[in-house]
Amino acid sequence: MNFEIILHAGLATGTILLFAGIGEIFAERAGILNLGVEGMMLLGAMAGFSISLTTQNVWLGLVVAILAGGILSLAHGLVTIHFQADQVVSGLSLTFLGTGLALVFGKGLTGQTPPLIPSFDIPGLAAIPFIGPVFFANHSLLVYVGYFFAPLAWYYINRTRPGMHLRAVGEKPSAADTMGVNVYRLRYFYVFVGGCLAGLAGATISLAVSPGWYSDQTTSGQGWIAIGLVIFAQWNPLKAALGGYLFGALRRGILDLQGPALLFGLANPLYINSNFSFFLKMTPYILTILALVLGSRAAIKKRLGAPAALGVPYIRGERGL
Amino acid sequence: MSNDNLLPSGLPRIESLEMRGIVKKFPGVLANDHVDFDVKAGEIHALLGENGAGKSTLMKILYGLYHPEEGGIYLNGRPITINSPTDSLNHGIGMIHQHFMLVDNLTVAENVALGLKSSREPRLDLDVVSARVRELADKYGLRVDPDTVISKMAVGERQRVEIVKALYRGAALLVLDEPTAVLTPQEVDDLFVIFRQMAADGHALIFISHKLDEIFALTDRVTVLRDGRVTGAVLTSETNKNKLANMMVGREVSLTRERPSVTPGKARLKLENVSAVNEDGQPVLININLVVRSGEIVGVAGVSGNGQRPLAEAIAGLQRVGNGRVLMDDQDVTNLAPAQMFDAGLAYIPEERMHDGVIKDFSVAENFILQDHVRPPFAKGIFLNFKQIAAHAQELINAFSIKTPSRETLVKNLSGGNIQKLILARELARQPRVIIAAQPTRGVDIGATEYIHAQLLKQRSAGLATLLISEDLDEVKALSDRIVVLFGGEIMGELSHEEATPEKLGLLMAGEREIEKMIYTFDKGR
Repeated sequence: MNFEIILHAGLATGTILLFAGIGEIFAERAGILNLGVEGMMLLGAMAGFSISLTTQNVWLGLVVAILAGGILSLAHGLVTIHFQADQVVSGLSLTFLGTGLALVFGKGLTGQTPPLIPSFDIPGLAAIPFIGPVFFANHSLLVYVGYFFAPLAWYYINRTRPGMHLRAVGEKPSAADTMGVNVYRLRYFYVFVGGCLAGLAGATISLAVSPGWYSDQTTSGQGWIAIGLVIFAQWNPLKAALGGYLFGALRRGILDLQGPALLFGLANPLYINSNFSFFLKMTPYILTILALVLGSRAAIKKRLGAPAALGVPYIRGERGL
Repeated sequence: MSNDNLLPSGLPRIESLEMRGIVKKFPGVLANDHVDFDVKAGEIHALLGENGAGKSTLMKILYGLYHPEEGGIYLNGRPITINSPTDSLNHGIGMIHQHFMLVDNLTVAENVALGLKSSREPRLDLDVVSARVRELADKYGLRVDPDTVISKMAVGERQRVEIVKALYRGAALLVLDEPTAVLTPQEVDDLFVIFRQMAADGHALIFISHKLDEIFALTDRVTVLRDGRVTGAVLTSETNKNKLANMMVGREVSLTRERPSVTPGKARLKLENVSAVNEDGQPVLININLVVRSGEIVGVAGVSGNGQRPLAEAIAGLQRVGNGRVLMDDQDVTNLAPAQMFDAGLAYIPEERMHDGVIKDFSVAENFILQDHVRPPFAKGIFLNFKQIAAHAQELINAFSIKTPSRETLVKNLSGGNIQKLILARELARQPRVIIAAQPTRGVDIGATEYIHAQLLKQRSAGLATLLISEDLDEVKALSDRIVVLFGGEIMGELSHEEATPEKLGLLMAGEREIEKMIYTFDKGR
């Protein structure tokens, strides 16, 4: 067990959840619940990997991955914003659609090696003891982007004029509409932003953090963890980033626990029987299910600070307007 | 004012606004049928009509939320098109909606700045907005702190925020859609002072209401709508309440209620130190003590959301009572299930009639037997006796003159007034000993209101014990022998029919128990 390695890996894999989670936060703060994160991520992972392979240009791959997630999310926008259908049903279908498309177009990609997003040390900072190797050494460019992205997202939502409009649209769309804010346009926009970030999260897996295409094992349910993370994070990008890193470190820590024969001087059950580790690997998913169950209770949701109009289609002129 | 054409906010006045020949159709309804309406600078023009008469539709057209099939809008004599709230704001038209259009977790300044570009785009310029809000608030005498979060404000304050919001946007014409619905009488008085000042300053105001007293207290002109058509346009000074009521309803209605003197009998319903909490664990009822006697109507007044609903539901068995006891005829009935309460002789008219009072996809006849469908004469074993059910329905339809195409009509196709009559008929037919009437006439037309009040008074004479829970002060005052006032889940005080003036009730409704006591002793000392 080496904490340096666990934390380093936690920051790397946590970046995946950071992008996907903050994307979902944007959509949900605008009032649209998008359960299709897993599908958008997988499509982004496949598209990025495939384009990077065929064009030998990883940056083009990254852009296509982002757009793939974004364009897929517009289907959810059309169904839930324009046709005002149930957001849960539409989001679930989006996961099926995205997963299906990714698996079909991803046939034959397994085992290939496209150009990847570069990893590097930050000169100077990498030399700081402990902190350097954990935060600033041998990380993918996307991990460093993640460090800035979460605070920027927080600033945007809480301190800018467009961010205030975003909050208003998710909290009370009728009030925003009567003040001349275009509710439909903003909701489409933030669903798209959420999709783009899910696509980016997918590319973070396939082109950076754990490169390769392993069909649906590529994302292995991290889209769902991202949705649970949003509830843990109480719709706050900074907390989502911390939560993402924590989940990442947890995943890596579980792997490392199997290594030593003795744990704190006692026989390590995971070393003796590696089947026990399956239960440990379940923890993030169990926590996610717990978060989703708790988060679906109205009273708890209110206390956690969920956007008041989350999941409610906006129809102009209905009730009180 | 140095310049006659400018408002205190520094913006030009709207000299006149006209809506001509407005037609708006909804599936199956003609909501506005060639409606003409106009308002001038410096004038308060009332738009009067019952629920569904087309007032709100007309104003939503003016605010760009609906688009009319026919007709035009003219500003200072020139035609304008309004396709969205933004257009209407740009023309200087502001609207105070019936339900507050405020984002609860934003501050006053943030709410005001919504939809506007910031001077430091993309960053917010809330300090600039706050300064301007303070300036406007000073000019119009509106007490508002720009940095307070809306969720921490009282209802009266939120109303002032709505006005500031409209003024900030440069509203020269303000549409006020039932702005007094949730206010105490004192808050209404304060608000009217502000409205009069605004009119004097050159604003044009459209005041929507169905309360006749307010029309006479505030407005210069009245336009009355009925079934989507204009049935009268008169100067307020040249008309009276009865004439306006007739225009609203289309026939003679009585606005006064006959309360024959009845000597109350024994205590039927008793609440002893009843307390309850909601699902979040917040107290909603605190130490309620209440007695309702046979032949007596006890009114429960209060501003919406101060424990009225939990009180009704605690008695009806729908809200768990934490502490204390509920007694009916000295039997302990605390926390019995609703079915057991009905069998014990309780009748309940719930405030959410479509949600709790009827099953809207069931027929009229089926809704009449919601409680009794399991027992004779309506059922034998698992079989229903349709002949009995039909006869029972027909009898009640006739007795309570419920307007329905047939007894097989689905309840959702009835008007609000007729649904309320149906519920009343069903409950009274069960010959209860105690009735809880929660908001029995909310959203009900004047005609049906008159009927429902008459029925409640008739049952009072027959010895029924009635708990009347209503946010309509006039209703509570007209019917009740005693009035208790709820505030924050507590009873603030009790007044007899004679003592209950709007001033005293208003103070109790605002939670000012101590001041009430002072006035009390002052009155008695005199």
